[in-house]
Amino acid sequence: MPQPMAAPLPLSGERDLRLDLFRGVALWLIFLDHIPQNIVNWFTIRNYGFSDATEIFIFISGYTAAFVYGRAMRERGIIIASARVLRRAWQIYVAHIFLFTIFMAEIAYVAATFDNPLYAEEMNILDFLKQPDITIFQALLLKFKPVNMDVLPLYIVLLLLFPPMLWLLLRQPAFALAGSALVYVLAWNFDWNLPAYPNGVWFFNPFAWQLLFVFGAWCALGGAQRLEGVLRSRIVLGIAIAYLIFAFAITLTWYIEPLGRFVPLWLSGWMYPIDKTNLDVLRFAHFLALAAVTVRFVPRDWPALQSPYLAPAICCGQHSLEIFCLGVFLAFAGQFIISEWSGGPLVQIAISLVGILIMIATASLISWYKRMEGRSPTTRVKPPDADLAGGNA
Amino acid sequence: MKRVIAVLATIAPIAACVSGVVRAAPPQRCDAPQSLIGGDLDLSRVMGEFKVDRRLHITVIGSGSSGLPGPAGAHAAYPARLEAVLKQLIAGADIKVTAHVQSKETTATMVAGLDKTLAEDKPALVIWQAGTVDALDGVEPEDFRGSLDEGVGKIQAAGADVILMNMQYSPRTESMLDVSAYADVMRVIAEQHGALLFDRLAIMHYWNDAGAFDLYTATKKYDMARRVHDCIGWALASQIVNAAHFDAARMQTTQ
Repeated sequence: MPQPMAAPLPLSGERDLRLDLFRGVALWLIFLDHIPQNIVNWFTIRNYGFSDATEIFIFISGYTAAFVYGRAMRERGIIIASARVLRRAWQIYVAHIFLFTIFMAEIAYVAATFDNPLYAEEMNILDFLKQPDITIFQALLLKFKPVNMDVLPLYIVLLLLFPPMLWLLLRQPAFALAGSALVYVLAWNFDWNLPAYPNGVWFFNPFAWQLLFVFGAWCALGGAQRLEGVLRSRIVLGIAIAYLIFAFAITLTWYIEPLGRFVPLWLSGWMYPIDKTNLDVLRFAHFLALAAVTVRFVPRDWPALQSPYLAPAICCGQHSLEIFCLGVFLAFAGQFIISEWSGGPLVQIAISLVGILIMIATASLISWYKRMEGRSPTTRVKPPDADLAGGNA
Repeated sequence: MKRVIAVLATIAPIAACVSGVVRAAPPQRCDAPQSLIGGDLDLSRVMGEFKVDRRLHITVIGSGSSGLPGPAGAHAAYPARLEAVLKQLIAGADIKVTAHVQSKETTATMVAGLDKTLAEDKPALVIWQAGTVDALDGVEPEDFRGSLDEGVGKIQAAGADVILMNMQYSPRTESMLDVSAYADVMRVIAEQHGALLFDRLAIMHYWNDAGAFDLYTATKKYDMARRVHDCIGWALASQIVNAAHFDAARMQTTQ
């Protein structure tokens, strides 16, 4: 079923290893950030600017999804490609429920063993355990999402809506991107979000975060080439660096109290809150600036991408779903060790390092399995499979 | 010999009190870094009122974590401790701390009852503890911000100073209850209104890290909870004494 293509797909079928590298690093950072008492998370990027690893993860996920499923849609048609996207969404759903089970076990343990009159009020958070029927059902509906388990539900919703968006992106990319931006603006204007249980709304508003995902997909389908001129401009680079420095200065005032007085009231009044739920424009801009600078200094054929030192991160980035889930689990486990056993800085550093090593080892193991089965991205025996081409969207 | 020591141990503090030698000092475990309880904001309303008639009336508005469960809870909780400590630190003044503590009350509900409380208490200072219930109920941070903004505006319009107190540091529930967004909102609102922030979250975190308290402990007993509230009372008192320049004020009134 030949169809006219408005946007040429990238000619080279080679994976852009930079994507895997940065997604791998983002996965490590998400793991570190998910252990609240961790001294090591002082090194993660959220302390140095407005955006954090979530933006990187969602953008790259959009990029790879378009890269993998865009080709499938062009070569095999809309039905097959959509079916693959939905199968992926299902896998992520199953992974999410698996993590939820582990989380429930941890919570139930805390509820059964931890008692302290000092925290009588905070312990109300465990009230949902009194109604396991409702809670579990709400979790299956993705409405009940414990802390740190918000990314996968967002990802599921984004993938569910992705087939029509991809179809549009392949034909009218500019129109698709504009539509996505419009939804973002409308969501801000009319407070669109999905409801959560027991109350409130989704921590990551899909109506807002879809912009980043679609923007990633747009870049993958020729947008990046279109932006090349802009990205090469010195003025853009200058603005990007200036903005990164500004964001860094502002974040410093969050941690070094006395610096706060240098932020004029009109600025803080205009700027705050920098809303993560609705992907604040300042966060989005920060990510764009970060990406612009990165693309400038890390070219696609950067020799270091082949170096063995970066291979672990790249390997993790190539198996993002598995490694993401593992990271969430390891964060639970690490937190548990800190709570139950010892929480000194050395233990925190050890937990962080061991956690990342486990992530690397697991990613290598998955790669090994795939190589064994002849599905490796490097030794491509059969036509690229959307899910298993190492391009886990 | 033992008896002599026992008698001396009983008499010594009494004698010291009578002679006025005792200089009130917080238990050592309560030490908090100056960066957390300092700051360069003044409690001008408190200072003004105190200069005139040595009066310091404080209203505490808060949810469950401003109290302690049990019949004797109110006496051991930080509002009562604050009153006791302030009376110890500032002799011969009219000091009163009135606590309006309602568990499970969100900030929006607190704001609704604010006018009445302000009219009844006529405080020079309002200590407003908020955020925990909003985090528990999943109130949108933006709505939380709106309520807080309105409330602080009301208190200041009524002529009182404000100290915003954020959540407790609760490491065991940290993985289930993320309070950071609400703490950020409180910091910003305090800054915008020129109000003081009592960063209970950071101070308790510091106590836990410094080994003053092991906040991971599971216990049904009240000892630790009482000691923590005592320390919060001390830390609050020292923040107030700093920001109201009570040493200077005392000198002026005695001149």
